[in-house]
Amino acid sequence: MAAISASGPARGRSAGITLRVALRRVAEAAVTPLALDDVLDVFHPLRGNRGDAGLQGRIVSVTAETEESATILVKPGRDWAGHVPGQYVRVGVDVDGVRLWRTYSLTHGPRRDRNLSFTVKAIPGGVVSNHLVHRVRPGQMLQLEQAEGEFVLPTPIPRKLLLVTAGSGITPVIGMLRNLFSRRVPVDTDIVLVHVNQNESSAIFRDELRAHGAAGHLRLVERYDDAHGILDVNHLDELVPDLGERLTYACGPAGLLDALEKHHADRGLTLTTERFRPVLVEPGEGGTITFADGREVEADGATPILDAAENAGVLMPSGCRMGICMGCVIPMKSGAVRDLRNGAITVAVPGETGPEGVRIQTCISAAAGACHVNEGARSR
Amino acid sequence: MTTITKKDHNPTAHLTPEDIEQLGYELDAIRQDILDDRGDDDAAYIRRVIAVQRRLELASRAVLLGSALPPLWVLGTVGLSVAKILENMEIGHNVLHGQWDWMRDPKIHSTTWEWDMATPAEQWKHSHNQIHHTYTNIVGQDNDLGYGIMRVDEDQRWHPMYLAQPLWNFINACFFEYGIAAYDLELGRNLRIPKEKRSAEFKGNVKKVWAKIRKQATKDYVVNPALGLPFGAFLPALAANFTANVVRNLWSHSVIMCGHFPEGVETFERKSIPDDETRGQWYLRQMLGSANISGSKAMHLMSGNLSHQIEHHLFPDLPSNRYAEVAPKVQALFEKYDLTYCTRPMPQQVYSAWHKVVRLSLPNGWLATTNAKNLPSQLKLLYAMSTKGPKVRRAAQARLQQQARKAAAA
Repeated sequence: MAAISASGPARGRSAGITLRVALRRVAEAAVTPLALDDVLDVFHPLRGNRGDAGLQGRIVSVTAETEESATILVKPGRDWAGHVPGQYVRVGVDVDGVRLWRTYSLTHGPRRDRNLSFTVKAIPGGVVSNHLVHRVRPGQMLQLEQAEGEFVLPTPIPRKLLLVTAGSGITPVIGMLRNLFSRRVPVDTDIVLVHVNQNESSAIFRDELRAHGAAGHLRLVERYDDAHGILDVNHLDELVPDLGERLTYACGPAGLLDALEKHHADRGLTLTTERFRPVLVEPGEGGTITFADGREVEADGATPILDAAENAGVLMPSGCRMGICMGCVIPMKSGAVRDLRNGAITVAVPGETGPEGVRIQTCISAAAGACHVNEGARSR
Repeated sequence: MTTITKKDHNPTAHLTPEDIEQLGYELDAIRQDILDDRGDDDAAYIRRVIAVQRRLELASRAVLLGSALPPLWVLGTVGLSVAKILENMEIGHNVLHGQWDWMRDPKIHSTTWEWDMATPAEQWKHSHNQIHHTYTNIVGQDNDLGYGIMRVDEDQRWHPMYLAQPLWNFINACFFEYGIAAYDLELGRNLRIPKEKRSAEFKGNVKKVWAKIRKQATKDYVVNPALGLPFGAFLPALAANFTANVVRNLWSHSVIMCGHFPEGVETFERKSIPDDETRGQWYLRQMLGSANISGSKAMHLMSGNLSHQIEHHLFPDLPSNRYAEVAPKVQALFEKYDLTYCTRPMPQQVYSAWHKVVRLSLPNGWLATTNAKNLPSQLKLLYAMSTKGPKVRRAAQARLQQQARKAAAA
């Protein structure tokens, strides 16, 4: 449809309309009310130019790294623009039929087949991570967005680097390393990697990193909580005496990164970090509802958002007011709501739910904590 | 059909308010069981139906390129009819009900879906999801009862113009999608308003309907036939598209007539519905106001599972593929609360609905008092009632009803 409206102003200047646009117009007219992309998706979901239908990928293989982690190799759609090692990708996965979104660091170096891979560590109770590690199969489709992220090495690569990673914090770093070490001309960089894990068996990429260490690509410092105790960053210089000369990149849990930031700030050292934000939405009773125009409304846990909004003078789409007609559905960007009919909780976390948030029925949903709804975003 | 509150025997008279609330809880529990179990298989189901429908439609349209050859015309037309029926019934109707919103797939969502239908999804959702499903079978409030053009209840005064209602109903069936568009626009009501006084909303909606109809017609009657032009198939392809649309319209009209029209389905008086109708009371109205069609799996699929109309009206947002497994539990509740579960095979249900259309096109009691012997005199009476003005009509009507009561008592 976009093609038709985009060429609207060109009407009358027939010379300006290319054959391709004309053909597309005919094809769109032949399949309406579907968009041509919907039809092509049936046959070739990985083609390019899918427009606002977005990017998809097909799982090529799932390789176990440890008992609780796996690397997913994905063939992305043609529009995949590539990435810089250290960046991450947002992935939409259908778990029990429901599309959930997570962010994973890309773990591969350069690949001729243009595939991409990311490594997932199954966290206890993690719906998506457990699904990806234990249940997905080659051939299944994933939703993707283009790679993003500032956690990348500068060019030219500095002479001396310190990489500090803990747990799955290794994932963006392994991408950087694979990229560096696969170059035809070896990089002239002195790298120390401090790799922290709870124990030896849970260390992702352990053998690969040891091989790099043995080949002299880097100096690997393995730290295991069960053998060495929790790492105290104040003693980091015992492990890396020349850390003052090194540019530091760190990725891991918030506790480690906070300590490291303080440590480096105190010494005037430069540090680049990547934080994996944990989901922290504890549903409660009632809360503040923030609307698209910035208005805020306090609502208790028994009042439908629709009623609370209307009472406060916010114009809302509405319908049957009993949860059956879907006339009041609007996107919730973040927050939690409770279905007043059965108590079911729906949570929206930016980055973990679809790009447009989660669509909720405001007539049967009450605030279960602060929530941000995008009222007015939908045409009526 | 007479509203239940005016019936000699109200089928809900034996239920206490507590019974009705309990019934509501039990139906809520049935719904919750499905919500708890909803998952991968359901998502795979709707994606498969959509993929099959799209392939079938494309393949049929490809076959129709060669529709200058009669066997290919038949094959392509059958395929296209089936594809259009699937698109409207099992996919469009149910997606627009939000039955698949839980998947959070923006491509299969009630807020983004558009369908192969004259009426735009947004307008249909208002008149169908909101009005019809909320005010089901309340005379004067639910316009699905007769679409505002038919006499659907004995309580509506008979007028000679209703003699033509079987014909209207048939024409409406053939061009059902346009009928629905007109109905969603409340065209009848709005056209009675002087042009300059019609609301801006109505005018905007009319524009949207025309735009939709233009696109739909361009697809079926211009672009696709034109693709067959090099193979000499313009006219056959055009005829095939027209036929498929009529077949789809007749089919969906029949299925929908079976949902609320057959004998045994109850209607309700507006003033008998409390303003604060409870969930239990609403459920009860849905139970009595709908009828099912029994049949094969293929029939259920082709009807968009509206063959499980009762279950659909109780749980309009449950995935359609689950109605079949819910049905026995719902039927058990009907028995427990001593209510009548109205279900028959399709031919009987269609006959029953049409019989009612014909019966109500005639004055109350006329059909019941007519037999082969008195047919000439009855026809004379009907002629008189149709031509001689309201006074004669009222007198004849009173006599007819008296005779019908006597006949029923005998």
